[in-house]
Amino acid sequence: MSQVMERAAVIDATPDVPLVRVEGVTLQYKTPEHLVTATYRVSFDIHKQDRLVLLGPSGCGKSTLLKAIAGFLDPVEGRITLKDKVVEGPGPDRMMVFQEFDQLLPWKTVSANVAYPMLINGVGRDEAMARALDALAKVNLTKFVDAYPHMLSGGMKQRVAIARAMAMKPDVLLMDEPYAALDALTRRKMQEELLQLWDDVGFTLVFVTHSIEEAVVVGSRVVVLSPHPGQVRAELNCHDLDFKQRDSVEFGRLTARISHMLFDGQTIAH
Amino acid sequence: MNATTRLHPPVRPEIEFDVTAPAELGDVAKPLSLPERLAENAAVRRGLILVGVALVWELYARWLNSPLSFPTFLDTLEALQEGIMSGVIPARLSVTLQTLVVGYFIGLVIAAVLTTVAVTTRIGTDLLSTFTAMFNPLPAIALLPLALLWFGLGRPSLVFVIIHSVLWAVALNMHSGFLSVSETLRMAGRTFGLKGLRFVFGILIPAAFPAILAGLKIGWAFAWRTLIAAELVFGVSSGQGGLGWYIFENRNTLNTASVFAGLLTVMAVGLLVEAVIFRIIEAKTVRRWGMQRG
Repeated sequence: MSQVMERAAVIDATPDVPLVRVEGVTLQYKTPEHLVTATYRVSFDIHKQDRLVLLGPSGCGKSTLLKAIAGFLDPVEGRITLKDKVVEGPGPDRMMVFQEFDQLLPWKTVSANVAYPMLINGVGRDEAMARALDALAKVNLTKFVDAYPHMLSGGMKQRVAIARAMAMKPDVLLMDEPYAALDALTRRKMQEELLQLWDDVGFTLVFVTHSIEEAVVVGSRVVVLSPHPGQVRAELNCHDLDFKQRDSVEFGRLTARISHMLFDGQTIAH
Repeated sequence: MNATTRLHPPVRPEIEFDVTAPAELGDVAKPLSLPERLAENAAVRRGLILVGVALVWELYARWLNSPLSFPTFLDTLEALQEGIMSGVIPARLSVTLQTLVVGYFIGLVIAAVLTTVAVTTRIGTDLLSTFTAMFNPLPAIALLPLALLWFGLGRPSLVFVIIHSVLWAVALNMHSGFLSVSETLRMAGRTFGLKGLRFVFGILIPAAFPAILAGLKIGWAFAWRTLIAAELVFGVSSGQGGLGWYIFENRNTLNTASVFAGLLTVMAVGLLVEAVIFRIIEAKTVRRWGMQRG
């Protein structure tokens, strides 16, 4: 939290006002036996065009936190605001991409899947289809617009989900370990594509991962969460690091620093 | 010692072979002969079984030589043709089907409403579970005496019994289908901004469609059997009899060949709906969407 920001964000025209504020958020959920505290008094800001990564080990409440931003879960303490309005329930201004491949509607073709959220939210049929095709072109799936989801590979399904979320032009794009179920080569390709897409469109992204390397590559800023219950351990900048710097000294230094924060003094369980 | 050390596995000499050109081997892919191809075709095999059954039937009936208790296959076909040509069977069938369609759709609507309430509220879930547990084991036909008492001799009684036979099977399947819709799909639907009924129609129903379709098939089978049975029991509704009544009537006049013709019609319609109509629906929906193999 007390990080000195020696590197100011390089994105132009970044407004000073945060788009999303997470303020002292404590999250709890019930299992049949326990009331589990997932995160404890977590605070951070998300600015427009941030690529904010929530990074932490299993059970640090990072996914729960993302679901709270999405509106699936109310904080027991603190509040989450989007454009100064408290988040209440899920909505299309915070589209989410999930880890699971079954997030696409199997009964709709690829293009219909992408167009569907827009149609629900009052976008006209022609415009929705045009925006869907445009988004699918951006994720290189033009050839598959008429396919059904079950005909696609895992990586392609995730691309459709990203296109679906982007076509909606949400205020924030939430991604919950979207590449965790992909093989290493596909994952790397998808990360590159995501960065390319961000260069083109400049959306605001909140990305959850447990991979330090993925966090540094994908993110412009990383929120490191301590394990169970999740508390903010650090907010780090990495907007100047991506694939090209993967072998650089800074990249190694940052990942070492994060790994030190996460695993300091303890053996790495799971 | 070093000199005697041997590598395991041993290093063997490399070998190369000359491969015979495929053309010199004769036919690599030889087309199957016509009988072989026919034997691969399920429709042909099953058709042959039908022919066999018809043949055995014909021979046995001729040997028995008692048209009153067991008419020959050809007599039955003749009676069937006569029944169809004279317009009696089509008329009876249409009465039956009309009653069925009315009952089936009312049953579906009630099942849909009940299940929707069940997935949205806890008391609804309890209600549905209790009701299905109570009524599902109860054969619909057992309610017929009660239905006759309440609604009198006529179509309403039949419709009531059909609703009962469809409702619980469909509601049970629909509900278990809704419950098995993945959490991810539900959350995806909610981030789109779907709520309440739009959520049910936009996400739950299509996602649970394989289970719903199974329910529809079971419901159809129950309804069809129940209706024929109910018609046999009291037959005429408001001056018009259905297919069950046709069978009953012909038995009374000892026109056994027509009884058989009626039974054949019942089988044919049941098969047509189950094996053709539902198959088409499956091919156009769940199999096309990759939600069911086949």
